[in-house]
Amino acid sequence: MADLETLKTKYAGEIAAADNLGGLDAVRVAALGKKGEVSLQMRTLGQMSADEKKVMGPALNSLKNELAALVEARKTVLEGAALNAALASETLDMSLPVRADTGTLHPVMQVMEEMAVIFADQGFAVAEGPDIEDDFHNFTALNFPPGHPARDMHDTFFLKPDADGNKMVLRTHTSPVQIRTMMSQKPPIRIIIPGRTYRCDSDQTHTPMFHQVEGLVIDKTTHMGHLKGCLMDFMSAFFETDVETRFRPHHFPFTEPSAEMDVRYERVGDEIRIGQGDKWMEILGCGMVHPNVLKNCGLDPDEYQGFAFGMGVDRLAMLKYGMPDLRDMFAGDGRWLEHYGFSPLLQANLATGLS
Amino acid sequence: MKFTLSWLKEHLKTDASTSEVVEAMTLAGLEVEGVENPAEKLSAFSIAKVVSAEKHPDADRLKVCQVETRDGLKQIVCGAPNARAGMTVAFAPLGAFIPGLDFSLDKKPRKIRGVESSGMMCSSKELEMGDDHDGIMDLDDSFEMGMSLADALGLNDPVIDFEVTPNRPDWLGVDNIARDLSATGLGTWVTPAVKPVKGSFPCPVTIETDAPDACPVFAGRVIRGIKNGPSPEWLQTRLKAIGLRPISALVDITNLISYDRARPLHVYDVTKLSGTIRARLGNGETFEALDDKQYTCSTDMCVIADDARVLGLGGVMGGTYSGVTADTTDVFIESAYFDPMRTRRTGRATGITSDAKYRFERGVDTGFVLGGLEMATGLVLDLCGGEASDVCVAGEVPAAPAPIEFDPALNKRLTGFDLSDKDMIKTLEDLGFGVKTGETWMVTVPSHRRDCTMGADLVEEIARIHGLHNMVAESLPVLQEAKREQSDRPGNNNARREPLATDLQNKNRRARRALAGQGLSEAVTWSFVAQAHAELFGGGDVSLQLDNPISPELSTMRPTALIHLLLAGQRSADKGYPGAALFEAGPTYQTPKPDGQSPTIAGMRRVETVRHWQGNSAPDALSAKADAVSALKAMGAKVDNLQIAQPSGSYWHPGRSGRLQMGPKNILADFGELHPAVLKAMGIEGRVCAFEIWPGNIPPARKKGKSKGALVLSDLMPVHRDFAFIVPEATPADKLIRAVKGADKALISDVTLFDVYQGKGVEPGYKSLALDVTLSPKAETLTDKDIESVSTKIIAQAGKMGAVLRG
Repeated sequence: MADLETLKTKYAGEIAAADNLGGLDAVRVAALGKKGEVSLQMRTLGQMSADEKKVMGPALNSLKNELAALVEARKTVLEGAALNAALASETLDMSLPVRADTGTLHPVMQVMEEMAVIFADQGFAVAEGPDIEDDFHNFTALNFPPGHPARDMHDTFFLKPDADGNKMVLRTHTSPVQIRTMMSQKPPIRIIIPGRTYRCDSDQTHTPMFHQVEGLVIDKTTHMGHLKGCLMDFMSAFFETDVETRFRPHHFPFTEPSAEMDVRYERVGDEIRIGQGDKWMEILGCGMVHPNVLKNCGLDPDEYQGFAFGMGVDRLAMLKYGMPDLRDMFAGDGRWLEHYGFSPLLQANLATGLS
Repeated sequence: MKFTLSWLKEHLKTDASTSEVVEAMTLAGLEVEGVENPAEKLSAFSIAKVVSAEKHPDADRLKVCQVETRDGLKQIVCGAPNARAGMTVAFAPLGAFIPGLDFSLDKKPRKIRGVESSGMMCSSKELEMGDDHDGIMDLDDSFEMGMSLADALGLNDPVIDFEVTPNRPDWLGVDNIARDLSATGLGTWVTPAVKPVKGSFPCPVTIETDAPDACPVFAGRVIRGIKNGPSPEWLQTRLKAIGLRPISALVDITNLISYDRARPLHVYDVTKLSGTIRARLGNGETFEALDDKQYTCSTDMCVIADDARVLGLGGVMGGTYSGVTADTTDVFIESAYFDPMRTRRTGRATGITSDAKYRFERGVDTGFVLGGLEMATGLVLDLCGGEASDVCVAGEVPAAPAPIEFDPALNKRLTGFDLSDKDMIKTLEDLGFGVKTGETWMVTVPSHRRDCTMGADLVEEIARIHGLHNMVAESLPVLQEAKREQSDRPGNNNARREPLATDLQNKNRRARRALAGQGLSEAVTWSFVAQAHAELFGGGDVSLQLDNPISPELSTMRPTALIHLLLAGQRSADKGYPGAALFEAGPTYQTPKPDGQSPTIAGMRRVETVRHWQGNSAPDALSAKADAVSALKAMGAKVDNLQIAQPSGSYWHPGRSGRLQMGPKNILADFGELHPAVLKAMGIEGRVCAFEIWPGNIPPARKKGKSKGALVLSDLMPVHRDFAFIVPEATPADKLIRAVKGADKALISDVTLFDVYQGKGVEPGYKSLALDVTLSPKAETLTDKDIESVSTKIIAQAGKMGAVLRG
């Protein structure tokens, strides 16, 4: 028995002294390997008497287990130390810059998506139409008779005349799509029409190309009170705050009665805040679709009625997102796009917000 | 249109303040653009009396005046030659801002040649009230000392400027503004009826109208023995207040009536007339108009002529020759009606703008042709004396506007406004309409309201006067009635069974986001480009050129969205910001027809090296391919199945550009490097990679329904085998990959190109392409024999297109 105690002391000391995994394994083999000292002792069990066996068997087993456990424990320590040593050399400067090239989406496109979302909630689909229009769709069908003074208000771009002397125009508003829609489908109609529009005008507050969103509702019952409600609902949703609005009469050839809508605003420093304040800002034109327009599209004004509205997308984008100058909108300057653009991961919606 | 508050109050009895008038106008559709009270500018100035004016002891031209002011007796040194004791003057106290001099007086008295001076006496020029600077203003002695100057001169009178919408030419007369405001309840309309003046002798001038379309009615009369001096102070003040320059009593009277009643008139000097005066069409004659310019009268223009010459362009501008002067004693007054369209065309052709043209082209009140003439007669007799002839009229006053059959229920139907019949009738009558009630009403339209032709117009009048701000707002009800079979059309949403956005709109949304994710920023640029640039990109057809471009840089509809992106990138580089990476989703134009416009997505990256510690990089043609592919994938195109071809546009680099197509007739995208010669012609420095995508060409997803079906996953391990093939240098890698994929479509699930090699071990003119082929067994583990068989097929298939297994 004293021998076993000696063996235990000897190997426990060697295990503890092993300073690498190879050394530890050598100790393990010397003690517990096939020809190890403990294993050799175990072989002698066969030659022992039953009484001797009764004592030595458990003692040897216990010794074997104890040494194996010490080896495992030491192995864990040595492996940990080896990993730590290896990791000590595996360093990387975490301050190094990484590549992150994500572009942005244009604010005008963002705002048109926001509008589509808000109006979709009121049941409007998005319709589109050509930028190059004929006189009929851009003017005549919209109740601008030839030579009507309202045509003076639109400084229109014309294309060069064709062989017959007819001149196409760049649409001065998105309203021609109203005509195309009413002529091609039966009411009820609820559409918005976002798109490019053109007028022969260029200064600080006008660009020769700009964006409009037109709205059109045609059915048998929609009246001007709905128009007012629809646009009031829109304004607060768009500016994401309570917006006080005002309706006042105006004139457009294609609506009767016609109105303009103003919103309250205030100026705080250079910033314009829409919603409340002591001033009114004109924001859009609207009205009940003129009976002549309905007739021009083959709809009976005694049966069908509805409203239309149109607003400037670029201006609404500027007001909401604080862009001071319209002319930068279409210049494609990377710094401007980075500052005013929107993340491509953003999807305007009513559940999580517009932007 | 400008008018003053006091002018309005001659027609509207009201105690309303300026802001109440402005509010009422705005809510009735008269959109106020500005209000200015000249008194505000003059608030510092008051009436003072000069007590004494002695010569300055040290200056011959200066006087030392003792002036009694509202601030007490002041000593003022004055250089005006007309300063004298007893004079009534305009006094400016110390510190006052002098508008005509654009500076403020010192706040402390100042010594002028040793004599202290406390304030200033002003000339009319210094107060911006005239051009007179020879002396100080010599005011009416009846003005009391201490009065505010603005009050004394009748200038405490706000000027209101508002937008006249084209449907309401009658608002170009103050009288009709007052009538609308009285209907809103702001006051009582009190314009007195015009009193006709009986002629005392037959009209000595014969008039005719030879062009009844252009000038259906031409009325006039002679007034003889008049004296045409300056008009009285009240008239001058009124005209000056709205920015008109007083000329002479006769001219001022016509201007007054033009702004008071929207009724233009013209006066001729009778001694300059010879023979019959007639309205007729032009004959190519020339004449000198009152703006001292020569005009040629085309056959489209209506002229007023006598037997000898053209006297004026009817309704546009009179001529110098027959105009009235200070010596005129006998005048002929013309009151006519000129056709709006012709007047507009004449104005456009001649470039003349005048108050008369502005009114006639919008349409003047046909019912006030004679009224205007009588009103002018009365004023001329009052202000210039003389004796009036009988009135003569050529032609006929156009018929009154047709009455409107009006269903009073239409008001509620269109506006939701629930008004009583009584309220509606009152509003219409206040505005000058006549109402005969019944099941439907017969509404007569006043001659100045030809804009009203149907029921909706009357509804607008009623709603306008009752105020849209009082209308009850209702949210739109949920659309219930749309039918399912119409659901593929915009506007027919059927309670959200299908999305409101179209397939193409959604494709665009996703592609734009994919491209921004690739590092490109979205721009929006002009739809028109320079003609030369359009031609470089295969566009510029005459049918797409603007007739009236705003500048040559923006003169032709673009064949591609790339042009302005390239120019923007160059501008950025010029400013010190290289490496622009931009895209745009927008229209391009092939023909001027409605279907001649196609939606495209175009993008570009400037080839400018970005330095980075992980290795410098610069985009190349294949970066553009990666961009295009990411967008196409986002739009649901089956990118792996697309063919690669050569783009047809001559603006692509011939060796570094490609086309992604489903077939030769269905092109989804072009990409690559742009042709250096094209870039050079545009002034673009360096190289640029670009792409153009046509989302409309991507076929819509065929699958109906949302279910993705059950996923079947094999438990069997895939097997990878590598092959290296030698192919001629010019062989597209894609061709080999397709060939290998096609060797066993059931077993080969993927082929990846992992190396392209040229150099030692490969003959010049050839390249080695190394492929990792993934074999995915479906039923049972592959045996060596199976693998051997597939390998043989792969090598054979590659061999068919000239690829040899690398030894």
